[in-house]
Amino acid sequence: MSISAQRWHRYWVTYQTLLHKEVLRFSRIWVQTILPSAITTTLYFVIFGRLIGERIGDMDGFAYIDFIVPGLVLMAVITNAYSNVVSSFYSSKFSRYVEELLVSPAPAWVILAGYVSGGVARGVAVGLVVMGVAMLFTDIRPHSVVVTLLVFVLTAILFALGGFINAVFANSFDDISIVPTFVLAPLTYLGGVFYSIDLLPDVWQALSLANPVLYMVNAFRYGLLGTSDIPLFAAFSMILGFIVMCVFISLRLLQRGVGVKH
Amino acid sequence: MHALIVEQLHKVYATGFEALKGVDLAVEEGDFFALLGPNGAGKSTLIGIVTSLVNKTSGRIRVFGRDLDQDAEGVKASLGAVPQEFNFNLFLPVEEVVVNQAGYFGIPRPEARARAEFYLRKLDLWDRRRSEMRLLSGGMKRRLMIARALVHRPRLLILDEPTAGVDIEIRRAMWDYLRELNADGTTIILTTHYLEEAESLCRNVAVIDHGRIAAVSETRALLAGLDIETFVLNLKRPVAEPLLLPGFSVTRADATTLEVQLHRSQSLNELFDALGRRGIEVGSMRNKQNRLEQLFLEMVERGREGSTVAA
Repeated sequence: MSISAQRWHRYWVTYQTLLHKEVLRFSRIWVQTILPSAITTTLYFVIFGRLIGERIGDMDGFAYIDFIVPGLVLMAVITNAYSNVVSSFYSSKFSRYVEELLVSPAPAWVILAGYVSGGVARGVAVGLVVMGVAMLFTDIRPHSVVVTLLVFVLTAILFALGGFINAVFANSFDDISIVPTFVLAPLTYLGGVFYSIDLLPDVWQALSLANPVLYMVNAFRYGLLGTSDIPLFAAFSMILGFIVMCVFISLRLLQRGVGVKH
Repeated sequence: MHALIVEQLHKVYATGFEALKGVDLAVEEGDFFALLGPNGAGKSTLIGIVTSLVNKTSGRIRVFGRDLDQDAEGVKASLGAVPQEFNFNLFLPVEEVVVNQAGYFGIPRPEARARAEFYLRKLDLWDRRRSEMRLLSGGMKRRLMIARALVHRPRLLILDEPTAGVDIEIRRAMWDYLRELNADGTTIILTTHYLEEAESLCRNVAVIDHGRIAAVSETRALLAGLDIETFVLNLKRPVAEPLLLPGFSVTRADATTLEVQLHRSQSLNELFDALGRRGIEVGSMRNKQNRLEQLFLEMVERGREGSTVAA
């Protein structure tokens, strides 16, 4: 094996090790990591979909319960991809076992890929469970499997990266709950999960367009239902643009050792 | 070939504290090297920079000829680090900690498992391989840190206070294993507060104080520079005070215990002759301090006097 091939093989083994560790971490405690989203989403479907939704009627030409499925699935993906990486990486800082990686020859991009893939794995796992719950309440079949899967994975990647950046700057366990509570939750709830932005006055519609979650929810809604408030190209451009920016920031932080080295 | 070369290493922390003030150090391949110094002298900062856990402010580090700035992956692949403080995921089983570490160094899982078994057996931890980290004693955690640092078979092993908080029996066993590793060709650098450890294990010693290297020497040569040693003598019969022994500085600790300072120019025979002439019989004798400890204190004291004069 050439030196270059050996090096790439080493990177691959390191990545596999990190991913294996991350997946084991959340799957060992599935009652805390997978189950809560399934229960919460079931409650959303029962209360907002069935009880209240039947009085709301159609939205964008779909039964209300069908309309909220994409947003609820994506909300679970966003929350879980983010919280997996933020809690895992912050714990490794707090207990200092991040040093196991810092002393190893693993380059920053492999470390980042490992953590982000762990977050994506949890986001996708929970998203599939929530999707399964949705199937019990609705008859939705994806309008476009490719768009659905792409948005599913890209959104998980983006918020896993967000969780990583949060963890780098966090100095206490309080710091890792501030962003999800004060930034992520409002953006998600105001991102068109429960309504079409056509219902909003013009000013609020314009403001909503500055919310990146709106683009993801609508792209995912297109994948599942074939309808969207936002053009698909704009949605993918927005998601990919944010991913590139977050990758760049994360790598710079990791290479400089921000938050992990003195 | 040198295992480690440090040139003009400076470190200023964000607080403005200057931990290293131009450290130069060279460690030969195959050496067993001690880095000694009081708390806050800069030992852990120096080791932290070499092992990539601390960012340097300026200076150059080469490990087996590879420059840390230009080939960090190559440097890290040849280094094993045992930090001073425990840095484990406390909820992972022992074996997984070692297997994961091997994975981070690119060792495939089957090979990683085989190596983990080898080192866990060597360090007497195999029976605890399924225990979670948090259930291990302090001594077991110290040994596990060594197993973890060795799993990728580094050519240079750096240990920061490896036996802190470890009981004597385990400490001796760890010393034996470190000697074995060194005899097999692994270069070892350690910092320690147990100067007996440095005297017993290390061929060469560097003393660091206030962020500067105060001395680098062979351990034997350094000890040969020891001017004064203090011995504690336990007497067979009580002596009345004051006790004067011409040529010797004697302190009476209690009726049957004397502390005698012996200058390098004096011999124990002369001391016993003088005691014999006074009819004093000695039952047993020991060094009041470890010899290296005494030398270390003398050097640090001299360094501080020098700083005070310069100031």
